[in-house]
Amino acid sequence: MTVGVLTFFVFLLAIFLGFELIFKVPSMLHTPLMSGTNAIHGIILVGGILALAGADGMVERAVGFAAVVLGAANVFGGFMVTDRMLQMFRKKKR
Amino acid sequence: MSTPIALAFLAASVLFIIGIKLLSSPKSARTGNLVAAAGMLIALLATLPLLHAPAVNATLIVAGILLGLAVGAVGAYRVKMTAMPQMVALFNGAGGGAAALVAAIEFTAHGTGTSFIASMLFAALIGAVSFSGSIIAFAKLEGHFDKPVTYPGQQFANAGLLVLIAVLGFTLFGPAHSLVVLVIFLGLALVFGVLMVMPIGGADMPVVISLLNSFTGLAVAADGFAISNLALIVAGTLVGSSGTLLTLSMCKAMNRPVTNVLFGAFGKASAETASDVAGGAVKPIQADEAALLLGVAQHVVVVPGYGLAVAQAQHQVRQLADELVQRGVEVSFAIHPVAGRMPGHMNVLLAEASVPYEMLVEMEAINPQMSRVSVCLVIGANDVVNPAAHEDKASPIFGMPIIEAEKAATVIVLKRSMGKGFAGIENRLFLRDNCRMLFGDARASLQELVALVKAG
Repeated sequence: MTVGVLTFFVFLLAIFLGFELIFKVPSMLHTPLMSGTNAIHGIILVGGILALAGADGMVERAVGFAAVVLGAANVFGGFMVTDRMLQMFRKKKR
Repeated sequence: MSTPIALAFLAASVLFIIGIKLLSSPKSARTGNLVAAAGMLIALLATLPLLHAPAVNATLIVAGILLGLAVGAVGAYRVKMTAMPQMVALFNGAGGGAAALVAAIEFTAHGTGTSFIASMLFAALIGAVSFSGSIIAFAKLEGHFDKPVTYPGQQFANAGLLVLIAVLGFTLFGPAHSLVVLVIFLGLALVFGVLMVMPIGGADMPVVISLLNSFTGLAVAADGFAISNLALIVAGTLVGSSGTLLTLSMCKAMNRPVTNVLFGAFGKASAETASDVAGGAVKPIQADEAALLLGVAQHVVVVPGYGLAVAQAQHQVRQLADELVQRGVEVSFAIHPVAGRMPGHMNVLLAEASVPYEMLVEMEAINPQMSRVSVCLVIGANDVVNPAAHEDKASPIFGMPIIEAEKAATVIVLKRSMGKGFAGIENRLFLRDNCRMLFGDARASLQELVALVKAG
């Protein structure tokens, strides 16, 4: 089995896992869940950092820098805004 | 990639999975978010040993992360809870943009191999669509476009653009791929994102944001394929598939197929106006009379809608509920699955105002009790209590589950004016014999009611 096939394997299993994980989530959690998964795809920051690390020349650096800024905003903003939402859910259960 | 680093990425992926699992239950949701954040921290730390960056690039990386952190933190902590959907749209757009840019860099740097190019182009296309689409969704939720933008032949124009993008994509597989073509490819993808979202009405933006969220996930996964990073593949795919399911369940709550949301402009189907239907008249009520009705009620059901959020009146409604409970009135909040601008948005808003969790009742639970309810107080909600959903086959919302407010002994509707709901259709509930309208800003009206109930 080549690496490519193995990768595809992981990809397919992750699709099913994603469906299973949020099957039957109460609608009150849809917004936090959307916001939370939104933060998770911020892992593109890892891709941005790797791309900028190997960037060569002005244009590539500028594009890589933009990718890192956007990715970082996605990650940090995403987790923070989700936490802010969920913090309120907890507060009311006095 | 060495084994320890690969294992660190595996650990990050596992934490993402556990995080999402915990996020789907109210009790553990906050922990789930923190678990996922811990996974992200591990993934970022595991990236450091992989870097062999010259000093310039290293400086740029640190500066970029700090800048993104600042922007994200300011956005996350300064946004009002009512504007939450817009904020999620912006963060999602940022992720999509990053995915497209990463794809562009990797493509120009090492653009060989069919599967590599295919996944790069996919990431660039979907990421760019998500970026521009999210920005339009943001603008729509901010109220910058009043109406869906439609014109004849729109779907053909969009399909034509997609074909053009696909053709350009194919030329990029050739050995002599040019930077100019890639830039045009990205530009057209951005245009497509705009055109895709423009014809969709503001009420459907949550569905669009959810869909674009899963798009970004898929773009990230495609980037992961191209740079052979399993953590990107797992995280992106999880978001892609869970986001798709979330999109479908949102559409289900509105009883509309997803194709109808994306391709059928809303609010065109029913031309009839409410006055044609019932022949009744709207009956206004004054605050003092409304307060009297509420004060002597046995069971009051509050149906909050987006109007409540716009008026920032969630704290006032809690005060009113507290006052009524003190007088021995049973108070419940009936939450429609799509109340607010996103499913669950209303729960967040009421939680912000410390409305006790036990007071919130879901639509399915409250409807059977509605005929025994003394007063149903509808605050800034419209389409979710419109009986046309049950009665009028021609109505665009026909078949959508609603809160059956019309069955309560008395319905009091707090409303700014006789404007239409987000769906742009008349509400025949307002003409019913048992319905009274209390006109004015929801916040001011509620303050008045609180004072009157207290005094009475």
